[in-house]
Amino acid sequence: MCLAIPGQVKEIFEQNGLRMGRVDFGGITKEVCLAYLPEIAIGDYTIVHVGFAISKIDEESALETLNTFREMGLFEEEFGVEPAPVETRH
Amino acid sequence: MKYLEEFRDAKGVQGLLAEIRRLVTRPWNLMEVCGGQTHSIIRNGIDQLLPQEIRLIHGPGCPVCVTPLVAIDKALAIASLPNVTFCSFGDMLRVPGSDKDLFRVKSEGGDIRIVYSPLDALKIAQENPERQVVFFAIGFETTAPANAMAVDLAKKRGIKNFSVLVSHVLVPPAIAAIMSSPVNRVQAFLAAGHVCSVMGFWEYPPLAERFHVPIVITGFEPLDVLAGILAAVRQLENGEARVENAYSRVVNFEGNLPAQALLKQVFTIEDRAWRGIGNIPQSGWKLSPAYREYDAETRFSVGEIHTVESPLCHSGEVLQGVIQPTECPAFGRQCTPRTPLGATMVSSEGACAAYYNYGRFAPVSITTAEEPACAT
Repeated sequence: MCLAIPGQVKEIFEQNGLRMGRVDFGGITKEVCLAYLPEIAIGDYTIVHVGFAISKIDEESALETLNTFREMGLFEEEFGVEPAPVETRH
Repeated sequence: MKYLEEFRDAKGVQGLLAEIRRLVTRPWNLMEVCGGQTHSIIRNGIDQLLPQEIRLIHGPGCPVCVTPLVAIDKALAIASLPNVTFCSFGDMLRVPGSDKDLFRVKSEGGDIRIVYSPLDALKIAQENPERQVVFFAIGFETTAPANAMAVDLAKKRGIKNFSVLVSHVLVPPAIAAIMSSPVNRVQAFLAAGHVCSVMGFWEYPPLAERFHVPIVITGFEPLDVLAGILAAVRQLENGEARVENAYSRVVNFEGNLPAQALLKQVFTIEDRAWRGIGNIPQSGWKLSPAYREYDAETRFSVGEIHTVESPLCHSGEVLQGVIQPTECPAFGRQCTPRTPLGATMVSSEGACAAYYNYGRFAPVSITTAEEPACAT
């Protein structure tokens, strides 16, 4: 019930005065209400719960978190693994 | 997501586990509030990978599990009425009421529909003006904005044959209730990330300060959960009690302001009984007076409800973190997903369902720090 799925906004349109969008969940596309995210744009990622986009996903923050893990040296210290920089792994 | 796999990375899991092992010097009890996190923890075996000093206590964050029996019985009564189409999220249908569940009502001829979104229920009402369409509006702060929108749209569009049976609950009062309990063992919280995506986390600093308890907002992927545990352990070891956001790619301090605005417009806060736990002050939402005409309880007089809980079910103790699911005498015997005694065995986020579905039939055996971590 509280789980929400990340997806990418592919299309934005209005339906009966409601801001709606088509969101792609890794190949499955569903109609989603975008009324709670007035700023979201096509191409953005969002978390969707019971047909509503509730939060935009901040890619910069995600990469920052991953880089923090690497800066802590967690991978190298324990296992001698030399991870590639985040940017080159996508 | 391009980077989603990174948050499931086995080496990252091992690295974070090593850091937790390095930091921990004595036993700590952490509660993950959200049932979605409970499932992630059990599915990935995170509790078994942690050093034995860290004990994860499963919290009450499953809306299906905490919906009070009287609300289920009211749903059953309304769904049994002629001319009513009763709409619900799928995992409510098998939750046992006092003497049956919604599936039974359906098999007896009730018009019960499983919907993906409350907007689907609203659409059914628009397309079937001759029927009364009722939506079972349960859930935490994550789900409430969707239900608020459905009610507001019904009002704006003048849809008169739509109503909602409301049983919404709020997380911060539950945290306060857990910390105030004389049997409380929780020393830090992993707060539910998606609840915070709506509500932000501005309500948490006063709680962290009042109860001197670290609260770390966490996501659902293995690295998210472990990063949350690491942050909580670090605070505990340092004697700190702050709010930290370990899910910043989704959650910010303010939360979703348009959602909060509509919640404030459509709902008012009231005391609420949680199934298996009891009354928690100011922990529920009901429709505000301006929307009261959409209240199914008012529209359909369901009369006096006399509830009967199974005496064998210990889900209340599971929900409060007092016992593990496997410590319930009925677990896996009288109570299974096919023959559930309580909602915790039915819900897709229930702790008992997580233990049963992932084959945990004995109390958690925690590995020592030297044992290797498995890939996620």
